[in-house]
Amino acid sequence: MLESIWFYIWGILWAIYFMLDGYDLGLGTLLPFTARTEKERKQLYAAIGPHWDGNEVWLITAGGVTFAAFPTTYAVMFSGLYTALMLVLFALIIRGVTFTFQGGVDSPQWRKLWDTCLAVGSFLPALLLGVAFANIFQGLPLDGEGIFQGTLLTLLNPYGILGGLLFVLLFVVHGAIWGVIKTDGDLRTRLARTAGTTWWLLLVAAVMFLLATQRKTDLYDNYLAQPLLFIIPALAVVALILVKFFLARGAYWQAWFASAATIVSCTMFGVAGLFPRLLPSSLNPAYSLTAFNSSSSPLTLKIMLGVALTFVPLVIAYQVWAHVLFKEKLAEDEVAFKEGY
Amino acid sequence: MDVLMLSRLQFAAATFFHFIFVPLTLGLSILVAIMETKYVRTGDEEYLRMTKFWGKIFIINFAIGVVTGITLEFQFGTNWSRYSKYVGDIFGSLLAIEATTSFFLESTFLAVWIFGWKKLKPALHCAAIWLVAIAANLSAVWILMANAWMQNPVGYVIRNNRAELDNFFAVVTQPFAWQIYFHTIFGAYILVGFFVMGVSAYHLLRRQHVSFFTKSFRLGLTFALIFSVAEIVQGHIHGAEVAKIQPAKLAAMESHWETQANAPQILFLIPDEKNERNLFEFGRIPGALSMLAFHSPSATVTGLKDFAPEDRPPVTIVFLAFRTMVGLGFLFVALSFWAWFRRNKLLESPRLLKTLILAIPLPYIALQAGWIVTEVGRQPWIVYNLMRTKDAVSPIAASQVGFSLFIMVALYAVLGAAAFYLIIKHIRKGPEAAPVAVEA
Ligand code: HDD
Ligand code: HEM
Ligand code: HEM
Repeated sequence: MLESIWFYIWGILWAIYFMLDGYDLGLGTLLPFTARTEKERKQLYAAIGPHWDGNEVWLITAGGVTFAAFPTTYAVMFSGLYTALMLVLFALIIRGVTFTFQGGVDSPQWRKLWDTCLAVGSFLPALLLGVAFANIFQGLPLDGEGIFQGTLLTLLNPYGILGGLLFVLLFVVHGAIWGVIKTDGDLRTRLARTAGTTWWLLLVAAVMFLLATQRKTDLYDNYLAQPLLFIIPALAVVALILVKFFLARGAYWQAWFASAATIVSCTMFGVAGLFPRLLPSSLNPAYSLTAFNSSSSPLTLKIMLGVALTFVPLVIAYQVWAHVLFKEKLAEDEVAFKEGY
Repeated sequence: MDVLMLSRLQFAAATFFHFIFVPLTLGLSILVAIMETKYVRTGDEEYLRMTKFWGKIFIINFAIGVVTGITLEFQFGTNWSRYSKYVGDIFGSLLAIEATTSFFLESTFLAVWIFGWKKLKPALHCAAIWLVAIAANLSAVWILMANAWMQNPVGYVIRNNRAELDNFFAVVTQPFAWQIYFHTIFGAYILVGFFVMGVSAYHLLRRQHVSFFTKSFRLGLTFALIFSVAEIVQGHIHGAEVAKIQPAKLAAMESHWETQANAPQILFLIPDEKNERNLFEFGRIPGALSMLAFHSPSATVTGLKDFAPEDRPPVTIVFLAFRTMVGLGFLFVALSFWAWFRRNKLLESPRLLKTLILAIPLPYIALQAGWIVTEVGRQPWIVYNLMRTKDAVSPIAASQVGFSLFIMVALYAVLGAAAFYLIIKHIRKGPEAAPVAVEA
């Protein structure tokens, strides 16, 4: 029971992470393609500056909770996906310092350097996390000792790459809508157009992914056993359509929430299909790591449940407050990106 | 090189680098909060300018602390997966608690502080930086508790081939964890004290922004004086605890080979690890080591020879690091007192000011030396008396680790250089002359 609860908390933490960091990773990816003038690029930095770090801590928490609740999964996942995760890490590092560094020296080359870091550092994690999760859905080549029998190239199979593309597109749409809310002028128009056109690509990728999932994974087994679960992918589809609906009416906050719901339900679609497996083995189902064979002791799970139920709602409360505090576009003198923030 | 050696190198490089930036974050967050509080209380614009000037340094420093912290969080799984599997039940939960209780608070309210100057009332704005300071100093509690558990595992049982939590209360209340916490945090406050004094001295020497930097200097001085004295007292108690818990580490710290009662403290010596003796000894104080470690001159102090060679930590490096730290510790007290006696005549004390500029790196060295004592002195164990470091490493290819180590070091070098450049540039420029209209 505790294990199952933790399995779903684990999934929800990842979903929240994708929903929140998704918009700043997406907007960061778009920076070189949409911001044309110095003023516009400042607007883009201002749109994510107050939020990216708070969003990224959800990743640290998702990782930490994997460690605490499912240590064996944490060990196998992080060592097995070693190179992919190191690339994510390096990308997050160059992205993380960009916000502070980019304004530090008054020269176009300097700014260009950090803009590139922001774009690459945003695009790579989106892509690689998508690749990683698609591969988890599909099963990793884990042997009986939990040792990963593959390389980075093993992960770059068609289904994995499709997963990566899906994540990038989800985040780009999500980020573009956020940008529309947070900017004005030409930039806003451009971002609105980007959101609209990328949505079509996202639709294609999402349909392909749902079909490929049926052929490449056994996620649907859980759904067939428990048809009520089909609500989750249904929600994803409805939310995705609502994104377009709200975009067409220029209701951008609603569109953003619909896009957030799309990301959460897409993640939960995978999580519910995996249950109770955290890391299925493609070599032999018996080698799979599950919520039951890789979890911590009941005492740890209980204590951590107390911690999570106390602090996660609190965190959500003050993060919502911070988002509301900065809900308007930041005025130029509030941004002060001039000199490293 | 094998995976083990590469992973140790990678872990050491990543932590040392993280810990160049962490102590300044821990201390400066509090100092900036104090400055802003004074501004809110008195309305004195100079404190507002101080908040912004030091706050900016804080922000640049913080950025590197954050991105290098993520590396550490990843590394337990990537490089030490066998370890993670073995102790995740206890160690993993402390890390997860750290993230949920501290990192969210820290990152969210730092952003509120940076961007909220216009949006929040002054008192609320000031509360944001206090939350950041509290969260930073709270995060250190959890991570050091995790570290202390590896030094002195408590509250666990061995079940299912791993260490499982048996008593959470014992883990969070064990005295050794709190010793490590206060020792590290006092060290960080010494560091920020000397940092602020040194930077202020730079401008005072040039007689610019005199009132601004005299005020800053005094705040730094207060920190340096209080905590450098406290650190010596606390360090002594800490050492006595090490003598009880990890006798092999204590013997290495003192390069003490023969078990004996009434063990002497030797002021100068050169360890000779190969021949299990000291090459050169000078300044013998009979009974002093027994006295320091066990508060009784007749107490027996176990020597290194009583440990099997495979159970001994490397002696020379632990010994040298310990001497460096303690030597610097006494130097900090002396420097702080010197500054204290000249505090009303700073402009007439160029020698003091020049010395304090040169002293900025010293607390950094002391802190890193301290960690060498703690971590290298714990070898060959990753969890003391429970798991050896060589059994902890991930089953991965050495080439993978070598490759990522190479990129990591290159990346860190560039980012570190950029951060130092930006901080020094900001320091040189000094605070804005005009009040207000400046963003931190
Ligand atoms: C939470 C746990 C933790 C914390 C707070 C620290 N360490 Fe540590 N350290 C480890 C957990 C650890 C470890 C995972 O246990 C390592 C990796 C390999 C080993 O033997 O222990 C280690 C090794 C290790 C080594 C290599 C020792 C060797 O292989 O001979 C060095 C030099 C340091 N650490 C230095 C530091 C520094 C500078 C820290 C300050 C932030 C620090 N450690 C904090
Ligand atoms: C090896 C163990 C360690 C791990 C796994 C670790 C993990 C992390 C992580 C993930 C972050 C980023 C948080 C964010 O994004 O806001 C971070 C930052 C931080 N860590 Fe560590 N850390 C370690 C060692 C330490 C130690 C020993 C201390 C203090 C005594 C410390 C103090 C801090 C502080 C104050 C920050 C805030 C950012 C900054 O430094 O500027 N950490 N750490
Ligand atoms: C002169 C008096 C000092 C004494 C007697 C002393 C004693 C000790 C001892 C015994 C340890 C090893 C603890 C262990 O293995 O767990 C240690 C570690 C350490 N020391 Fe010191 N120390 C002194 C001064 C300083 C100063 C001035 C600094 C920094 C500014 C410092 C920073 C550290 C750090 C960061 C550690 C590692 C963390 C820890 O284990 O607490 N120490 N010290």
